[in-house]
Amino acid sequence: MNGFFGMPRHHALLTVGILVFLVVAPTFIYPVFLMKVLCFALFACAFNLLLGYVGLLSFGHAMFFGGAAYITAHSAKVWGWPFELAILAGMATAAALGLIVGILAIRRQGIYFAMITLALAQMQYFLALQAKFTGGEDGIQKVPRGYLFGVIDLNNDLSLYAVVAVIFVAAFLLIYRIVHSPFGQVLKAIRENEPRATSLGYKADHYKLIAFVLSATLVGLAGSVKSIVFQLASLTDVHWTMSGEAVLMTLVGGLGTIFGPIAGAAVIISMENYLAQLGPWVTVVQGVIFVICVLAFRRGIVGELARLLRKSL
Amino acid sequence: MADFILETEGLTKEFRGFVAVNGVSLKIRRGAIHALIGPNGAGKTTCFNLLTKFLDPTRGTIRYNGRDISGAKPADIARMGLVRSFQISAVFPHLSVLENVRVALQRRRGSSFDFWRSERTLDAFNDRARELIDWVGLADFVDTTAVEMPYGRKRALEIATTLALEPELMLLDEPTAGMGHEDVGRIAALIKRVAAGRTVLMVEHNLSVVSDLSNAITVLARGEILAEGDYATVSKNPEVIQAYMGAGHG
Repeated sequence: MNGFFGMPRHHALLTVGILVFLVVAPTFIYPVFLMKVLCFALFACAFNLLLGYVGLLSFGHAMFFGGAAYITAHSAKVWGWPFELAILAGMATAAALGLIVGILAIRRQGIYFAMITLALAQMQYFLALQAKFTGGEDGIQKVPRGYLFGVIDLNNDLSLYAVVAVIFVAAFLLIYRIVHSPFGQVLKAIRENEPRATSLGYKADHYKLIAFVLSATLVGLAGSVKSIVFQLASLTDVHWTMSGEAVLMTLVGGLGTIFGPIAGAAVIISMENYLAQLGPWVTVVQGVIFVICVLAFRRGIVGELARLLRKSL
Repeated sequence: MADFILETEGLTKEFRGFVAVNGVSLKIRRGAIHALIGPNGAGKTTCFNLLTKFLDPTRGTIRYNGRDISGAKPADIARMGLVRSFQISAVFPHLSVLENVRVALQRRRGSSFDFWRSERTLDAFNDRARELIDWVGLADFVDTTAVEMPYGRKRALEIATTLALEPELMLLDEPTAGMGHEDVGRIAALIKRVAAGRTVLMVEHNLSVVSDLSNAITVLARGEILAEGDYATVSKNPEVIQAYMGAGHG
């Protein structure tokens, strides 16, 4: 038996390590901060599914993150939907958006793909700015956290943390499975050599579209959970810098590594949090780190580690 | 009447007024090793891309096993048993040799959209993949990442991957291009073995390989068929000699 979830040993060990950390972490780290890291880690992992394993650089993932955040916030606050339904509504929105954007963008490659996704995301940003239900500049504030299954009070930070951690782990395992499935194998073949994959009889566009929708849906999950945790959906969530954030986390952590985006998200969010007193200088520090990463650790933190250990991580 | 697996009629491809392939009518006999040769710029690769549907013809029809495939998609014809190779070696560089072949074998499952299933489902194909890898002489490289192998070995891997689909018609685009002498011999021998029981159409520059392997040759020049026949006939054709050597030698 390959241990846990069909993982090779070192993956299983790392995953168990993460699980243990998630259990003990709230005893010494502020739970809301942990939840923020988890939301963004999920965001980056889902983004990496597309960039790292299909080779598609989307510059519009904020549209799925923010779109889902708005729908979840609106359905929880205005329609009074329970926690679970509000999250599902956000994910469904992201999936539908992903399907539409995917169909439009998937036939283009490289920079053109990035530009189309960015352009569509900017259109959505404009809609979010103008539409009534999004609250414009104010966003949707004071979103009720509600109760899980109508019983567990999510206004308690620790209860909510437990729920968010479970959602994160489940989504991470799903992404792991997608990457290590027959489907994932074809995705890798397409990333490596698309004409060859086509000549073997694979309809590359169909595979890429499914991967795109899966990525969008999981990014939507991250956005939905985020809007519940912070009780806020705002323009920041749909702004293009949010898409940039995902790119940054993925590259810092390690493109195309399964654990990299988690490390990347943890590093970037911690920096934003603990360097907050620097004010606008945070972005400068971030920029410097990004440049150092691109110049010196091109494979990212986890990518370099994997190379040292001669293992895929 | 001979049995033709692939026939084209009046195949023409124009690029913005430039005619790359002009009225080519090819007939590929079932079981043959058919070579498509010609000087640089003769339209061999364009012709090849038309046959494999990577380009759409401006005019003309292509029939494969009597069926019109002029409007088919590349992935569709691959499913019908018409599989191509590429001029630059077409492997999946960061997959292992075993994975390379397995991706092709995986096609037998139909579409692999099942993202929820473990990749260990694919272990069922490992034995067949090892057999094929062994057959092309790469048994020692099963777990090597494709990118780390020398060029000649990559071409062997490519052939193993193509064979995994059990194609009826294999189209090889310059199988020995850019190879050292030793590798050329190895790949030529491999093509000969592969050709048993199937049809091969190849674009090839190396005339000694062509004379050694193929039993039918079509010479293209300026997008049109210049001569057809076996090597002895074609190599004596004054027009062919002139096309290869230039005016003044004929």
